[in-house]
Amino acid sequence: MIEKQKKGRYGIYGGQYIPETLMTELERIETTYNEAKNDPEFQKELTDLLNNYANRPSLLYHAKRMSDDLGGAQIYFKREDLNHTGAHKINNVIGQALLAKRLGKTRLIAETGAGQHGVATATIAALFGMSCEIYMGKMDTDRQKLNVYRMELLGAKVHSVTSGSMVLKDAINAAMQEWASRVDDTFYVIGSAVGPHPFPEMVRDFQSVISREARAQILKETGKLPDAIVACVGGGSNAIGSFAEFINDPSVQLIGCEAAGRGVDTDQTAATLERGSTGIFHGMKSVFLQDKFGQIDKVYSISAGLDYPGVGPEHAALNASGRAQYVGITDDEAVDAFEYIAKTEGIIAAIESSHAVAYVEKMAPKMRKDQVIICTLSGRGDKDVASIAKYRGVDINE
Amino acid sequence: MSELAKVFQNKKAFIGFVVADDPDADSTVKNVVALAEGGADLVELGIPFSDPVADGPVIQEADLRAFKVGVTPDKIFEIVAAIRKETAVPLVFLTYLNIVFKYGYDKFCARCQKLGVSGLIIPDMPYEEKDDLAPIAAKYAVDLIPLVTPTSGHRIEKIVKHATGFIYVVSSMGVTGTRNTIKTDLHQLIQQIRQYTDTPTAIGFGVHTPEQASELGAIADGVIVGSAIVKLVAQHGTNAAPALKKYAQEMKAALPVLSAE
Ligand SMILES: Cc1ncc(COP(=O)(O)O)c(C=O)c1O
Repeated sequence: MIEKQKKGRYGIYGGQYIPETLMTELERIETTYNEAKNDPEFQKELTDLLNNYANRPSLLYHAKRMSDDLGGAQIYFKREDLNHTGAHKINNVIGQALLAKRLGKTRLIAETGAGQHGVATATIAALFGMSCEIYMGKMDTDRQKLNVYRMELLGAKVHSVTSGSMVLKDAINAAMQEWASRVDDTFYVIGSAVGPHPFPEMVRDFQSVISREARAQILKETGKLPDAIVACVGGGSNAIGSFAEFINDPSVQLIGCEAAGRGVDTDQTAATLERGSTGIFHGMKSVFLQDKFGQIDKVYSISAGLDYPGVGPEHAALNASGRAQYVGITDDEAVDAFEYIAKTEGIIAAIESSHAVAYVEKMAPKMRKDQVIICTLSGRGDKDVASIAKYRGVDINE
Repeated sequence: MSELAKVFQNKKAFIGFVVADDPDADSTVKNVVALAEGGADLVELGIPFSDPVADGPVIQEADLRAFKVGVTPDKIFEIVAAIRKETAVPLVFLTYLNIVFKYGYDKFCARCQKLGVSGLIIPDMPYEEKDDLAPIAAKYAVDLIPLVTPTSGHRIEKIVKHATGFIYVVSSMGVTGTRNTIKTDLHQLIQQIRQYTDTPTAIGFGVHTPEQASELGAIADGVIVGSAIVKLVAQHGTNAAPALKKYAQEMKAALPVLSAE
């Protein structure tokens, strides 16, 4: 490294663009996190919950039928869908909730898109005996009703956010506003590798368990590093967690799959890194879908977890440096992949994760049989069954 | 002394806020003139942002009204030019950093200077993130108005030490909007600020009644009213100027008079 980076910066991206009301709290979180990180007690408690509550380590599964069918690279799935609550989100929530406890907080708030992060937060709040409120865009409470009810079952209060375009970004706005008005007893559990420093770093660290395990598992199984890692990117938490331990291995290609909605070249897309430009929003300098005046775009994807107009600052930097590549996957491609992996491997994967599977279908046939792709299945797809049926014109009378 | 510091010279300042282009350009010009005629010493013009995280529903709705008539930064600069033909009242912009960033810091500040906009209030640009913009703003004599909040604590010294223009003292936690009671010990907060600087202070967030103006005016060098004025604009549409003038008169009259005047 030539120049000493300002803290919380990834190249030109990152930072702490947040109202002064929250700055003292951010300082406190940063200090406490740095202590906790190096505290063996904290790490022990974290590992214990990950292993004995969340069902880690997750499997690295060799998808032989799919590898054979595509006729190229060997495909391995990192099975975050098998975690308790059904997605990678729990890894991060356990970490942040432990931090909240260390800070003496008694109330957790969170935004959620697909509902997976909300469910994970509500789950840990229940386990820790904390109160919990979840902010979710109205579009998403409508299309993810099952998860809304799950959160309520877990004792959380779910706020349906009706401002703006009523999706994930608006839920983040609402959660930030709530946080700014009540920092004393409240911890904002951010659900992706976004927001002001130290959140992107913290979320990356907590999600890095994915690649730490995957690296050891693939070395044990094949004796060598994989050729490519593929993961879907909303804000980028499962992807950065999947990339982290391989970033310094230049032979490992890193590929992030964004939601292109109805197409990267349409305005019904969420393909931030393909279409966006540098901006400042939600506490960070990063890449955003926005107009030339800096107004943030309304974005679209079939996937409630991926339709976010920005991306975490570390991804923006990995994209700028060329270390990782980012591709757009359309609704159609993702839905096809959702059905394909169900039929060939017997796995119903989340529609978010299906974006990564769709890209694996494209790239594997072009690779040799002795090459290896690890694709992160960030979550399971039970929550999506109703909306996929609807997409296919099937009325299953939910 | 900067243009803005003069606003507070020998008097307690009344500062009014309107969203630019709410409900349209002509009304904004009339509203700013009316506030000035009613006694406002400084007017803040809000530049709408799609995701105003620091603002409550009243200002969010005003932003939407402005978007409806196609507000852009350039249109707002035209509004300012029209205001300047009618009144010399000091002006500052309140907006989010992305708007200024996308326009280009240099180009934006240059236009501010040319049109007589003396300062910028940017709620999502804390002390730690001002280094890119600060030298450019200084080059064009545009003051960056820092915000101090009830939670600033040990941060106050570095925030206010080199502050120019004035210091925006946020009365309460949370977002903009009128409040019936302000719980923060503002007297103590202002004392803390004054340990480190002579730059004037103005209290905002939740201020709306003449009683508050009189009480807070005794503590700080000025009071800022946003949502209460924006509500009047919402109520009266394109004919809000008379109500705004009357409101400014009432608020100004309620402020304490400095004996040295
Ligand atoms: C299953 C699943 N995968 C991926 C995501 C996208 O988030 P991220 O990019 O932070 O991993 C979500 C978000 O809701 C999700 O539920």
